[in-house]
Amino acid sequence: MIKKILVGVIFSFSHSFVFAQSNAEEIAKYRQMIADGNPSELYEAAGEELWKKPAGPKNATLEQCNLGLGPGVVQGAFAQLPRYFSDTKRVQDVESRLMTCMETLQGIASQDVIKESFGKGLRKDIEALTAYVVTASKGAKVQVLAAHPQEKKMFDLGKKIFNYQGGPMDFSCASCHAEDGKRIRMQDLPNLTLAKGAVEGWGSWPAYRVSSGEFWTMQRRLNDCFRQQRLPEPIYGSEGTIALSMYMAKTAHGGVIQTPGLKR
Amino acid sequence: MKSQYWRLAFGLITSFVVNSASAQRVDLEVQKILGQSFQAKGIAGLDRLVQDENQALCSDEKLRSSKAGLAKQAQLQKVALAAIKPPSDGIYVGDWKSGERIAQSGRGSTWTDAANTTNGGSCYNCHQIDKKEISHGNIGPSLIAYGKTRGYSEEITKYTWNRINNSKAYNACSNMPRFGHFQLLTEQQIKDVLALLLDPQSPVNQ
Amino acid sequence: MADPMRVRATESGGVVDVKILMKHDMETGQRKDSSGKTIPSWHIAHVAIKAKDKEVFRGQFGTAISKDPFLNVKFKGAVKGDEVVVSWVDSKGESRTDKAIVS
Repeated sequence: MIKKILVGVIFSFSHSFVFAQSNAEEIAKYRQMIADGNPSELYEAAGEELWKKPAGPKNATLEQCNLGLGPGVVQGAFAQLPRYFSDTKRVQDVESRLMTCMETLQGIASQDVIKESFGKGLRKDIEALTAYVVTASKGAKVQVLAAHPQEKKMFDLGKKIFNYQGGPMDFSCASCHAEDGKRIRMQDLPNLTLAKGAVEGWGSWPAYRVSSGEFWTMQRRLNDCFRQQRLPEPIYGSEGTIALSMYMAKTAHGGVIQTPGLKR
Repeated sequence: MKSQYWRLAFGLITSFVVNSASAQRVDLEVQKILGQSFQAKGIAGLDRLVQDENQALCSDEKLRSSKAGLAKQAQLQKVALAAIKPPSDGIYVGDWKSGERIAQSGRGSTWTDAANTTNGGSCYNCHQIDKKEISHGNIGPSLIAYGKTRGYSEEITKYTWNRINNSKAYNACSNMPRFGHFQLLTEQQIKDVLALLLDPQSPVNQ
Repeated sequence: MADPMRVRATESGGVVDVKILMKHDMETGQRKDSSGKTIPSWHIAHVAIKAKDKEVFRGQFGTAISKDPFLNVKFKGAVKGDEVVVSWVDSKGESRTDKAIVS
């Protein structure tokens, strides 16, 4: 009799434990199933076209755009961003650097990109170009050491902003992203303060979001984070957003890039 | 034009905070970058980036765990606890069915929400509550069998009321939003959420 | 012409594995925009795959197929170097054709 009860207890205990485990497994299985058909590739193809097509008042292509490894070098470029650029004398992430190239090479004003909405017009072009650029770093290791004094400054600033609590819910990035093993509802949250979590986060965005059928760059991901933190809107490509990217990228240094990713 | 007004106001408020004796040192570089990097949108104004004492302290990892920081935490907790108002009619326990709806809803206060949107509590974002709901977070502790485990005494009821109103009255750097302090939830909504936890008939206590 | 598809075809053990990503909003006609107006339905209606001028696959897509659809088809009868041609026509009459060489 006791043996039967004991077995029953052990069974029901392990059953609930296995249930929680298999949820994460099922999601991982689903991700594997659709990894082959990541719609990010459609954005990458569009981005490659935009890179090579003459556009803007100067009717030029982006083929001379310097992303940090020399004019026109796309292979591996994302892996070393954000970084300091001596021509603009500032630290830039991939999106702000693409805006610089569009302006200097093609004559397209950055302000026109900044005042646009995500997924539309010039913003959509940057999203496609971002997909193209990050795909060329897929499988590479993050190479962001923040050695240059400006880069170190941005890293420190990014860390402070990461921890900055505000708004009616007192949320900072750290409220959700500073501990291992946490999740909101069923959405796992990478711990961005340590290398392993930082590469999970930094290395999997930009990504195609199946739930909205849209390709989200890191700028957009940050934008929606701030919205849910009940804070005001970050300006596209602003210093604060670049600082946060610098914080994440340096913390992720040495990890393998998986972009473009695929998200729920 | 309007954003320039806010940037000026932001700068003035910040310098006021810097000059007031009880405030900790404000990082001016961070404030400058924040002012340049954000814009008001919908109901989310730049004033939301102006920190109160609690936010300022808890944003600084090093300071908040120092001797001075811990003392400051204790002081902030004391002030917070004293400021919590009990329910205006003295009745703490509301309707748990409504409480479950409030716990499930994540609506309100973002720049895509209207000013008159009914806020939710977003409780399931962080907590396990009713065991039937498997889609729950783990940022906060599980609240399964909340009343059943703790009992339904006046002390527990008041503690729970206080905790929902201002979690930081018990732990200054708690991750939980201050639902009463910032009027995120109405008095009735807080009663309903409390009922979800402390009504013996609530599914949480079955 | 509509946005390009991504077509990949590989052959192994006599079986050709074709993977296709299509760019299309696939509106069901049930969604409403922010002003409350119903967004009209607009989706891929027919898909056809040809190899060596022979049709190896024909499909009818409806509103149950999601945005930016991914289609995976396996068939026998083509070898490395052969051309695979994928075409679709949507409910507005727009169309797209893309090719790939079996590798």
